[in-house]
Amino acid sequence: MTASTTDFILHPSAEDHQVARMAAVALGLTVLESAIPSPIPGVKPGLANIVTLIVLARYGWRMATWVSLLRVVAGSLLFGSLLTPGFFLSLAGALCSLVLLAAASRLPARWFGPVSHSVLAAFAHIAGQMALVFVWLIPHAGILYLLPLFAAAALLFGTVNGLIAAHYLAQQP
Amino acid sequence: MNVAPLIRSGDALIVLLGAGMVGGLGWHYWQGGLADKVVIRAGGKVFREVALSRDQDIAVPGPLGMSLIRVEKRRVRILADPSPRQYCVRQGWLQQVGEMALCLPNQVSIELTGQNKPYDSLNY
Repeated sequence: MTASTTDFILHPSAEDHQVARMAAVALGLTVLESAIPSPIPGVKPGLANIVTLIVLARYGWRMATWVSLLRVVAGSLLFGSLLTPGFFLSLAGALCSLVLLAAASRLPARWFGPVSHSVLAAFAHIAGQMALVFVWLIPHAGILYLLPLFAAAALLFGTVNGLIAAHYLAQQP
Repeated sequence: MNVAPLIRSGDALIVLLGAGMVGGLGWHYWQGGLADKVVIRAGGKVFREVALSRDQDIAVPGPLGMSLIRVEKRRVRILADPSPRQYCVRQGWLQQVGEMALCLPNQVSIELTGQNKPYDSLNY
């Protein structure tokens, strides 16, 4: 069979393979996490963000962005939620986290490690989600009553995820 | 696993600041302040506005019959209501600004207000 002129061949670089590998691990964690029952709807540990944190520390912000956004899009394909409100909430959270991580990763590494990144990203995540919920889904001040609850969950899971990422990075430098 | 070496000094600072923020949010959103007045509505219209300073019982007529509202010790509750599910009665005592109880289908509601009303839940 002869190749038509419309064929094009992708030449994935080593970095592309690395992105795909890490995104696959993040996806695995997302699926694993969906099996954990949550006592409060909307509160999830966000285990996949551990992968984002590790990629951020090892390969920098650009690759972390790739891994994070690939995870959101491919995860929504796995769960059949592409372009549903849940997908846009994930996307809003991920984008806000990434914007904050761009700034946070410039903090001096001597004092600020993965735990800082994780907590800041978790807060940015709920801030982005709540903002989207407020302007798009439920424009009612009543949802602000949930903010302390979500912020507490972000602090808890942000710290724990950050510790796991820091532990992993310390084990395998 | 020993977590101490994983936390750098700035990390501890950020976690503490985060905890302060969570506390601040909780205080801001969950301590709306104690209410001064209760607005009683029947059929969507304001029936009476009552200060919580004086203990009293108020009977409010609705399509099903009388709803009985009790004001006591700066708190207020629906004491009795003819509505079938009794949600508003089971809500119990209300005392924070913005709290409300709504009896359906008897169309009687109470809403607590104070000096600074955080938001207007009925007119949104």
